[in-house]
Amino acid sequence: MSTSTVNLPSYEDALASYDPVMGLEVHVELGTATKMFCGCPTGFGADPNTQTCPTCLGLPGSLPVVNATAIESAIRIGLALNCDIAEWCRFARKNYFYPDMPKNFQTSQYDEPIAFNGYLDVEAAGRTWRIEIERAHMEEDTGKSTHVGGATGRIHGAEYSLVDYNRAGIPLIEIVTKPITGTGEHAPEVAKAYVAELRELIKALGVSEARMELGQMRCDANVSLRPHGREKFGTRSETKNVNSLRSVERAVAFEIRRHAAVLDAGDTVVQETRHFHENDGTTSPGRVKEEAEDYRYFPEPDLVPVAPAREWVQELRGTLPELPGARRKRLQAEWGVTDHDMQSILNAGAVDLIVETVSLGAAADQARKWWMGELARRANEAEVDLGALPITPAQVAEVVALTAAGKLNDKLARQVIEGVLAGEGSPQDVVAKRGLAVVSDDGALLAAIDEAVAAFPDAAEKVRGGNQGPAGQLIGAVMKATRGQADAARVRELLLKRLSS
Amino acid sequence: MAFDGDLTKSTAAALAAAIKAGDVSATEVAQAHLDRIAKVDEKVHAFLHVDADGALAKAAEVDAKRARGEQLGPLAGVPLALKDVFTMKGVPTTCGSKILEGWRPPYDATVTRKLREADVVILGKTNMDEFAMGSSTENSAYGVTRNPWDLTRIPGGSGGGSSASLAAYEAPLAIGTDTGGSIRQPASVTGTVGVKPTYGGVSRYGLVAFSSSLDQGGPCARTVLDAALLHAAIAGHDPLDSTSIDQPVPDVVGAAKLADVKGMKVGVVKQFDGEGYQDGVRSRFHEAVDQLRGLGATVVEVDCPSFDYALAAYYLIAPSECSSNLARFDAMRYGLRIGDDGVNGVEEVMALTREAGFGPEVKRRIMLGTYALSSGYYDAYYGSAQQVRTLIMRDFDRAFADVDVLVSPTTPTTAFKIGERVDDPMAMYLADLCTIPTNLAGNAGMSIPVGLAPEDGLPVGLQIIAPSMADDRLYRVGAALEAALNTTWGHPLIEEVPSL
Repeated sequence: MSTSTVNLPSYEDALASYDPVMGLEVHVELGTATKMFCGCPTGFGADPNTQTCPTCLGLPGSLPVVNATAIESAIRIGLALNCDIAEWCRFARKNYFYPDMPKNFQTSQYDEPIAFNGYLDVEAAGRTWRIEIERAHMEEDTGKSTHVGGATGRIHGAEYSLVDYNRAGIPLIEIVTKPITGTGEHAPEVAKAYVAELRELIKALGVSEARMELGQMRCDANVSLRPHGREKFGTRSETKNVNSLRSVERAVAFEIRRHAAVLDAGDTVVQETRHFHENDGTTSPGRVKEEAEDYRYFPEPDLVPVAPAREWVQELRGTLPELPGARRKRLQAEWGVTDHDMQSILNAGAVDLIVETVSLGAAADQARKWWMGELARRANEAEVDLGALPITPAQVAEVVALTAAGKLNDKLARQVIEGVLAGEGSPQDVVAKRGLAVVSDDGALLAAIDEAVAAFPDAAEKVRGGNQGPAGQLIGAVMKATRGQADAARVRELLLKRLSS
Repeated sequence: MAFDGDLTKSTAAALAAAIKAGDVSATEVAQAHLDRIAKVDEKVHAFLHVDADGALAKAAEVDAKRARGEQLGPLAGVPLALKDVFTMKGVPTTCGSKILEGWRPPYDATVTRKLREADVVILGKTNMDEFAMGSSTENSAYGVTRNPWDLTRIPGGSGGGSSASLAAYEAPLAIGTDTGGSIRQPASVTGTVGVKPTYGGVSRYGLVAFSSSLDQGGPCARTVLDAALLHAAIAGHDPLDSTSIDQPVPDVVGAAKLADVKGMKVGVVKQFDGEGYQDGVRSRFHEAVDQLRGLGATVVEVDCPSFDYALAAYYLIAPSECSSNLARFDAMRYGLRIGDDGVNGVEEVMALTREAGFGPEVKRRIMLGTYALSSGYYDAYYGSAQQVRTLIMRDFDRAFADVDVLVSPTTPTTAFKIGERVDDPMAMYLADLCTIPTNLAGNAGMSIPVGLAPEDGLPVGLQIIAPSMADDRLYRVGAALEAALNTTWGHPLIEEVPSL
């Protein structure tokens, strides 16, 4: 049963008494063409059990063979996380019974991971946090169970279950942090920032698309509390398979409040796994086990040890792309924006959009202005991600180009964008259909200026006398007369020239 | 020219030559063996499944190939009995267990594929101790196999079906697997030849695992040369088995033909003699060692003190791996399913199926292994067993720095009576005392017949052990000794087997 939030202390009250400690375990499905230990394809969405063979079905007699690309990806992830890469390591069997695990053991790594002792710097709450990495190890995914009937969608209480082994044997990398301490009230935010940063890094490495909504990246969040000033960690809970950034943040925040309630009442926290519920942001206990699970790990005798040559590791180090943290620093310098602005750009998910817009010829300040201004506002109104707006960086670049060429002014450009978002076509199409081009015929402008001068003789007299203040009134009148389609700068130029002659 | 003699009593080499020469058709050879099986297997029960249709179809294919003038391989058309632990597409594979009753694998083991490619005629699948756990074939869920030398006695195990099929003239060749002696001990007690190749020498892909780090498939035959021909056909690197060795196969056939031990140094393992060894086993063994000396080999005694701990280490490592390997038999995907009544949950169905599907010895080893791998016991049991394994490898390394091969009795006694040891697991386990060190070290071993024990008239085997990837030495020594003994006896020992 899930704990309701009604009887929990507020988040602030919880943090007033306790200091949270987190441990984050992130599973990433590698985007290799074939599975970890056999040649079956890994494509998503195939009919159930069509991407299987004796090995990934665990048929009697079948044997695993390691996918070299998966090893390579694991090493690259390790290097990008500033880890040491093992000179010699082995796979191990993790033994437990579950119907979606064909061999009833998972081929994983135990005390000899491929990568260990690293760190990842993440930005949150206006500062940098160094998250230390305990290890990154290789393993295989399980099949996927669908429990049919019953109220909970879990195996207990189900009428029957369907198992799809297409996912069984897909390579996974599990990245485990050391205990994360000292984050205080920022714990949930730091957890989210860590997972987000890790996702960016995995994507930059090109080893996985890391799409959390498809389960390609999943987070298990361990949380415990200790009273302020105490060294010893409290008992932790492990919230399993949290599958969005927002959920990571909410799950950690909820667990902090739940643990605080338990400790406030003088009870002890139960060490258990928990499930997170998207709908109300709460967690509920997983199945209670009568005894502690003993996985009886031992070295996998069907596989030979993995001993990556140092030259190869060095070579792989050379293949690392510019990593997200370094890239952000470079872009910030290139764009000349403040830390605060850069953080806003990151939070809005606008970095890649701006980079692409600039690469298509737009000035950086213009690209940033549109994405972070008008478009961010519209995304916010529509409650969608910036990248989900129906406008492309190429289209934004086109609007910027039209403005720079003097064919649109700011006001018109906004209308063009409105048209593009409304599905009226490319910026050029919208300009044409809506007749939004700037009035660039000096004759027409001069006629409008003469009308304005005639309408506001006092203002005109003052400008003639050298006081440019009232010019705005005259320019406004011209803009009004041209229904906003004049280039205000040009109008000003022509007006001043007119009144000085 | 017609084939001169009894097809079923012929060697594989002679049959292959006769088929190639057109003296006999592969179909006639297959049919003769199927007839023999039909006649005697009721008494012996070597086979769990006879694939008569498949065998005759393959034989017809060989005959057609020959008719087209195609080149035939060195074992083309020769019949073979396959231990029921290798998968064979579409043919039942039970591993001697109820839990796999009715399972027809969708794929061929690499060994099966290589046999097919060599045009070997697979007659069927042979009986074995359940999941290869045992030394008597009494642990089969499908009834015991009887020793053709004395039908009241065991044919050895776990590969008793394969060895009995050879001694009963049901097949000239058979495939076994050897985890602790399951090829060599049955060979010893049935007066046949059995070889455990170097670990990694023959692919384990499609061999249903008992203990992955110890299991090794290998050839069984009635002569050393036949074993070599079969060894050459099934050995070699396999990309589907990560533990398979990527090196050329030693020239075992050449070595069997060389059959010369002059100048070789032979070590007699000190630990495998004395108390617990049957008198007739000891006397035949020492006579054979004298023969080797007479053939020009130097013989020395070799001390391998760690071998005293081999049996104990084995009964921690093998059960540990088996507890994990056999976890997959859970009723979910294939084989037996018990208790699926719509009320029982998945765990109950798994438990009921395993309770009903596994025999007592398999359960004993799963429990032993589960315990040995448990948190808190791992270091004391599995961990120290692995250390013993290292010590045993060092004993071998030291020995092989001085001698070319080691020899010992294959097993301390001749074939015991059916039922004699079933209630005494320790007595049963002692049958593998001399063969286990080779499995733990991963090197190569052979058993060849060296006579009958005077007190019971039953075959005695001598074990030859060679370093890793020096399997050819087994054949050199084995073939030389075989030739000398045949000369002494005036005929191969197997000819003394009672007719059935």
